[in-house]
Amino acid sequence: MAENARVLMKGNEVLAEAAMRAGCRFFFGYPITPQTELAAYMAKKLPLIGGTFLQAESEIAAINMVYGAAAAGARVMTSSSSPGVSLKGEGVSYMAGADVPGVIVNVERGGPGLGGIQPSQSDYFQATRALGHGDFYMPVLAPSTVQEMADLIYLAFDLADQYRTPAMILADGMIGQMMEPVELPPERDASALPEKPWATTGTKMQREHNVVNSLYLSPEKLEDTNRERFARYAEIRETQQRQELMMCDDAEIVVVAFGAASRIARTAVRDARAKGIKAGLLRPITLWPYPTKAIDQVIENGAKQFLSVELNMGQMVEDVRLAANGRADVSFYGRTGGVLPTPEEVLEQIEKLAAGEAPNASARATVMGSVLPQPIDRKSSYERGE
Amino acid sequence: MAKTTTELLCVLSGFGGQGVLFAGKVLANCGLIDGRHVSWMPSYGPEMRGGTANCSVSLSVEPIGSPFITRPTAVIAMNQPSVEKFGPTIVPGGVCVIDTTLAMKADEIEMAEGVTRCMFPATKIAEDEGLKGLANIICLGKLWAETGFCEHDVLTAAIEKCVPPKKKHLLEPNLRAIELGINL
Amino acid sequence: MAAPKTPITLPDYQQERIGSQIAEGEKIKSARPHALTDAIFNYCPGCTHGIVNRLVAECIDELGIEGKTVGIAPVGCSVMCYDFFNCDMIEAAHGRAPAVATGVKRVHPDNVVFAYQGDGDLASIGTAETVHAATRGEKITVIFINNAIYGMTGGQMAPTSLPNQVTQTSPYGRDVSKVGYPVRIAELLSTLDGVAYVERVTCDSRAHILQAKKAIKKAFQNQIDGVGYSLVEVVATCPTNWGMTPQDAFQWLRDNMLPYYPLGVYKDVTADGFANAAEAALERAKDCPIAQQGRGE
Repeated sequence: MAENARVLMKGNEVLAEAAMRAGCRFFFGYPITPQTELAAYMAKKLPLIGGTFLQAESEIAAINMVYGAAAAGARVMTSSSSPGVSLKGEGVSYMAGADVPGVIVNVERGGPGLGGIQPSQSDYFQATRALGHGDFYMPVLAPSTVQEMADLIYLAFDLADQYRTPAMILADGMIGQMMEPVELPPERDASALPEKPWATTGTKMQREHNVVNSLYLSPEKLEDTNRERFARYAEIRETQQRQELMMCDDAEIVVVAFGAASRIARTAVRDARAKGIKAGLLRPITLWPYPTKAIDQVIENGAKQFLSVELNMGQMVEDVRLAANGRADVSFYGRTGGVLPTPEEVLEQIEKLAAGEAPNASARATVMGSVLPQPIDRKSSYERGE
Repeated sequence: MAKTTTELLCVLSGFGGQGVLFAGKVLANCGLIDGRHVSWMPSYGPEMRGGTANCSVSLSVEPIGSPFITRPTAVIAMNQPSVEKFGPTIVPGGVCVIDTTLAMKADEIEMAEGVTRCMFPATKIAEDEGLKGLANIICLGKLWAETGFCEHDVLTAAIEKCVPPKKKHLLEPNLRAIELGINL
Repeated sequence: MAAPKTPITLPDYQQERIGSQIAEGEKIKSARPHALTDAIFNYCPGCTHGIVNRLVAECIDELGIEGKTVGIAPVGCSVMCYDFFNCDMIEAAHGRAPAVATGVKRVHPDNVVFAYQGDGDLASIGTAETVHAATRGEKITVIFINNAIYGMTGGQMAPTSLPNQVTQTSPYGRDVSKVGYPVRIAELLSTLDGVAYVERVTCDSRAHILQAKKAIKKAFQNQIDGVGYSLVEVVATCPTNWGMTPQDAFQWLRDNMLPYYPLGVYKDVTADGFANAAEAALERAKDCPIAQQGRGE
């Protein structure tokens, strides 16, 4: 018997537990499948350690409570799933604009609209590009195991404070719902958390008043604040790229996948190696900043082709292509709506690439922007007699 | 008996309330105690609310890819729909433990070659033995007897770990149920 | 350190305006409250926001709470009030001030937290946040400026615009058969158990301004005493977008606004003999066994 430090926990609960250990004492949220265990865990545990759990009237209210609590200097978070995260976009933009740190968790489900409740990665664009209006990014971390749920939310709080930015955990229903052994991080010493002299805690008549604000009616002033923020982004891009490389030293075909999709891709890559194909796995851990240096490295190592495997219709593939910048072929394979590809499906794509064949038709469609080459039944369902 | 296998891909399925998620947790804890890679993946969504519940438990020496199991090496099926849904997916040579109390037509379901069907009225046996509600653990005991997915002391330790301190009085019946299943 | 405040002398025209409302022989109190910065208000001439901003600042001064007060600015004409108040300030998204205030108050329960909001912010886009902060009994103070119009965007129909009132987006007058009736916030919130105190005041005369100040001060004092959620609705004017002189606007307010939005106290749990909103809520639900659990413990 071994591994006594490890416990078996659900991904959603681990996010909550690790957040508390990272010093988070405030949680504001609204119920939605498949992340609700996180809120329930917080509701149970936070009051016992002097924290506050509050079920808000909406995701909009929740993110604005986060904004207020963060402006007041607290380590604070909210969590939701895809449709709810859309509602949080406004507040996250304000947090970015006012340079207020906080952690947002998205345990993704299928979309668009109400979509479904099964695992999905269809919010990649939303997370890495445009969760809210305006010129901003935020660190986006993508756990692929329950252990990483703990490790990355711990990191997310630190990144948020260090760079005064919202930070996101982009998980999915699979990692949120599953149990795996996890070694929980240690409790943060609350007195060692970063000072926040900018926070609105009351002047105590001893300093100028602090203002937490994102409004700048002067274009020059607004441009200045945005430039300052982008200087921070440049530093994040330079220092915070994270990824895992598996079997990439001599890989000619590199599968790129994150989160749940990377688990399936990992099996497929191993199976491909067993068949003598020089395949490797590049698993982005930070989706923003995107691990472009790792892409550079595997190309230097001899990668000729990338296959982006995602639980969506092709979103991260654009970042792979941008990073590869014409130096290697990039194709895509994905399933959407909550359907998970099997390792066999992914292996089939790798084998096609290894044989010099065109990758999957839907991959071509996404990559080339062309019409699906499959025959399309142009009859309406009425004409087909359905 | 205890022929420790390197990999167990088990789907546990039944009606909500039959304890398949709990039995899955015991199984997953066996792997945890063993220091193996483990995943436990429940079905989630509307079916939680009164329909069938199932979970996939993987124990492996290798890191686990998808925690959703499409080709299980073992199934514990505690009602007829579960046998129908998961029985045919079992790999050749696998094991299917069936509670015939609520899966009366289990022998009508086709399964791959060499799949061992262990059929017994677990719910009825549990009630007869004063172990009401522990048919799930009886089935798990039978699965252990068939596959030896861990050492016996690990199995016992996992049960001790899964019975919460507040329900300490349930430990003894759980241990009795697992032995009952092993010796069926 | 905060910049030292120097008493300011009002420009003549302003002396005259205020003076016209002040009884002969009385002194004009012109020292700027410490809780206001030296920034010049950006409100339109004749706008009542300036009066209410000042009343809030005077109350903060008199209660000696500037050092522990955190204000939440809205979106609307008073969006820039984070520059006017000398306490810590947060600028909120449109309508979300009560949620932001909740976040601040939950982190620092000893701080005095107030939200300053207009009618579009509080009673339209932020209705959910308003109602829920109130029903949760957040121990915050809300100053609500109801001038029946969207001022900053140039005079569109507000949730509180009166029936038949002409605005940019109700050019034929507010047609209640199509767009419904004005929201009466004081009445609405007074039905909520979490609310300790709601009063509707106005600022068209010296007497009314003094009453408004009394209400605002009470709303802050309630928070200091932990009594519960307090809101003061100030029926106000918007001469610019109403298309009137300030004097005519006050007359229009008296003729049309006040009959629709009667002044007065709509809920006051302390006046009703309760220590706080929670006690009043328990009493109201005295016939509901589950609501009485833990009572008297």
